[in-house]
Amino acid sequence: MSGLAFFVDPSRCIGCRSCENACAECETHRGVPMIHVDSIDRAQSIATTPMVCMHCENPTCAQVCPADAIKQNDEGVVQTSLKPRCIACSNCVLACPFGVPKMLVAFEQMMKCDMCYDRTSAGKRPMCATVCPSQALAFVDPDVIASERRDVPTNVFRFGAQEVRTKVFMMLPPDADGLVVDVVDYMWEAR
Amino acid sequence: MSEPPLSPDELRARYGPHLAYEPPGGWRGPSRAPVDRLVKTHCCFCGQQCGIQLKVQHDKVVGFEPWEEFPFNRGMLCPKGVRRYLQGSHPDRLLAPLLRAPSGFREATWDEAMSLTARRIREIQERHGKDAVAVYGGASLTTEKAYLMGKLARVAIGTRHIDYNGRLCMVSAGTAYKLAFGVDRSPNPWSDIPRAEVVMVLGANIGECAPITTDYIWRCRDAGGKLIVADPRMTPITRNADLYLPVRPGTDAALLMGMLHVVLRDGLEDRAFIDAHTVGFDAVAASVAAYDPARTAEITGVPPDAIEKAARWFAEAERAIAMHARGIEHHSKGVENCLAVINLALATGQIGREGAGCMMITGQGNGQGGREHGQKCDQLPGQRSISDPAAREHVARVWGVQPNDIPGAGYSAVEIMEAIHRGEIKALVSACFNPVVSLPDAEFTRQALSKLEFFAVVDFFLSETAHHADVVLAGSLQEEDEGVTCSAEGRVIHIQEAVPPPGSARREWQIICDLAARLGHAEKFSYQAPRDIFDELREASRGGIADYAGITYERIDRELGVFWPCPSETHPGTPRLFEGGRFFHADGKARFVAVVDRPGGDPVSDEFPIYLTTGRVVSQYLSGTQTRRIGPLVDQYPEPRVEIHPRLAAEHGIADGDWVDVTTRRATMTARAQVVRTIRPDTVFIPYHWAGARSVNRLTHRTIDPRSKIPEYKVSAARVARAAGPPAWAPPEPPIRRLPVVPDGNGAGAAGGRRT
Repeated sequence: MSGLAFFVDPSRCIGCRSCENACAECETHRGVPMIHVDSIDRAQSIATTPMVCMHCENPTCAQVCPADAIKQNDEGVVQTSLKPRCIACSNCVLACPFGVPKMLVAFEQMMKCDMCYDRTSAGKRPMCATVCPSQALAFVDPDVIASERRDVPTNVFRFGAQEVRTKVFMMLPPDADGLVVDVVDYMWEAR
Repeated sequence: MSEPPLSPDELRARYGPHLAYEPPGGWRGPSRAPVDRLVKTHCCFCGQQCGIQLKVQHDKVVGFEPWEEFPFNRGMLCPKGVRRYLQGSHPDRLLAPLLRAPSGFREATWDEAMSLTARRIREIQERHGKDAVAVYGGASLTTEKAYLMGKLARVAIGTRHIDYNGRLCMVSAGTAYKLAFGVDRSPNPWSDIPRAEVVMVLGANIGECAPITTDYIWRCRDAGGKLIVADPRMTPITRNADLYLPVRPGTDAALLMGMLHVVLRDGLEDRAFIDAHTVGFDAVAASVAAYDPARTAEITGVPPDAIEKAARWFAEAERAIAMHARGIEHHSKGVENCLAVINLALATGQIGREGAGCMMITGQGNGQGGREHGQKCDQLPGQRSISDPAAREHVARVWGVQPNDIPGAGYSAVEIMEAIHRGEIKALVSACFNPVVSLPDAEFTRQALSKLEFFAVVDFFLSETAHHADVVLAGSLQEEDEGVTCSAEGRVIHIQEAVPPPGSARREWQIICDLAARLGHAEKFSYQAPRDIFDELREASRGGIADYAGITYERIDRELGVFWPCPSETHPGTPRLFEGGRFFHADGKARFVAVVDRPGGDPVSDEFPIYLTTGRVVSQYLSGTQTRRIGPLVDQYPEPRVEIHPRLAAEHGIADGDWVDVTTRRATMTARAQVVRTIRPDTVFIPYHWAGARSVNRLTHRTIDPRSKIPEYKVSAARVARAAGPPAWAPPEPPIRRLPVVPDGNGAGAAGGRRT
């Protein structure tokens, strides 16, 4: 599926966990989702956000791997650890700036999103981005995002001194600001 | 007597709900082998009816694949759609008819089960009259089956009492639309939503109950549109609302009348449209005169400036859409609430154009198609009135009976249960309906079912209602039969038989035809396949409002659905109604209908000062007969919780995760608190998908709208208190993660994605 790119827009997420459920259907990690949805703070807000592997250009997880078990393919997709190499040390789990890799004890290896290699290599879109009802996860032509979305994509993230460039884009609101979210603040009798 | 033959725990141990987590053969088993075929069909759950492909291997559904070509959802699915395939090959599945026995239920032959059913119906009718037997249908049945349920009741059984569980869903909107427009259907296709400049969502938890619609609304906002949301709770769709109206439960009509007041006060109405295409405007204008913003704010809890802003945005937009669902419809004034939406749309001319209209969001799978062709107590096929002599004559001709043989209008769903309770109705034949969970005042329902002299249930799992049955007839899942449904947007679509029913389970139309034959009407129920029923249904609907005459299975497959009305095979179908301001009344004009706001059926008081409102969560569907058996969906939201604002929680010393007693004039229920700022402090919310002590419908009341007969699920008067301890059903481990207790106050940790 050349020409298509992966975009994450947390502000679209409705927390339905369709992505988690669909990810678990993957042929390579059946029954175990590699994507997760978080409530930002359910007590305060309905806001939720999905987290997929961002597929860094220079992946921190691979840099810190003592067993050289994490590889990128030619398209820049960072893959699940190589089973014969992975020593299950969890360095990658601790080092990933986005909190993506999972150490799955049952599998005795680190597993993570490989952008549905089984699907994308066969001309299909990744499962999560195909089913996502809000299209908070979208696998589409960047021109479509540019022409149809209000928000703007970025793939550069700064963590202190570390700058990370990623294959996956994150949508950012052009005019984001903080907001109080409490029904009371909208009610007439509360004024 | 129809008391369950065993205790609920004993029945659960045998018939579930048990949880299925893996496809047949397991994740690592044979389901990994190449599949035999992919079947393009639709989701079995809500009214969105998303396109989906089912993976079939050795006549078992083993997984799914998105269907990206189907235009409505383009591959998108909610978690229910993703996991629905886990209901196939489920260990709880009924594989043969069951008969009540001294020690529970025993499997029986079809001949034994059907002859008993026919004999008992005849005996009870001979002793107590034709109308002593009632029929319940359901909105998850295909349109062919829904049509046959109506014909079964009126021709073979000969009772006037048939109604269906859509009575709990769409009837307020349907009644209002018929009054105002002369037709019961959402006027706009969903593709209109992104074209609107303003979308106003009224009492619709779109993110959880119509998840695919979310993307349509986000696309509208991306194109510069504004989103208004009116709801006592901030549901997920609210996170990007440009204007949020925290309406007090039960005051929707007042809010809408306040908005219309502003429109008329400021001269924002569309005079040309009103004059050319409507009647009755003056009475409606007079009815809103007293609803100035200050008074409306006092009634609704929505600030005056927000009312003004919403009214102006809606009226001044070139194209505006108002979408509504059960939040405004589940009221004893549900029809009035919908009429108030319609009045606003008509007065502003926001209807009958691309991107302009008022749209009901049908909730149940075949909620639209299931109510069009004859299982509604007052309708004949084609959305025809059962009291219209011409309609009776037409349908009688198609059925091969005399018009006078067709009974008149019968009781609605709640009224049927009340007639059972008082002993007027003695026997019930029910398909695809779980009233013990879904009807209000569940204890009343339980008592009523226990009084039945005979109760036959058609279902594929032993629902809690089927516990009361004398005979359980093992039916088919949606993917085990062919037929059509009609989606929320009026699109008639084709359900494919992906696999045959397992064991000796039967397709419902075969069960209906068998029963009709045993009641002496074999020649009128001699279909060989669903297609035969559909062709008869097309004739029965011909010339009616919901005219299917030009729709064929082949056309649906070719065109990816056909929108009714479609009177001939050369007619393109009608995606958008009312274009050019032409409505379905004989004079072509829409009707303004004045609304009188009035109190609900269970008013708050000093003793019961809190509004209890109910609804759904994204991972469960209706009474949970299917979704409470699918492990990943249960894990996502295992138990009912009480959503409560920190201010109300603090008054009662309730912390997040505490067990809370919620008490109404009927009963008390104990569930864990979820303390959230996303609900009004005078309101608590509990979802309704569970049975027994976990059923919030033990707390709701039986007041119904006088016209639509919908129950008032959305407002019950309640009080809350910290519970002394966990209820008997509480699992040993807490089912939910405890969140930190939230201090009251503004501004802390603002985490909303909403932007201004």
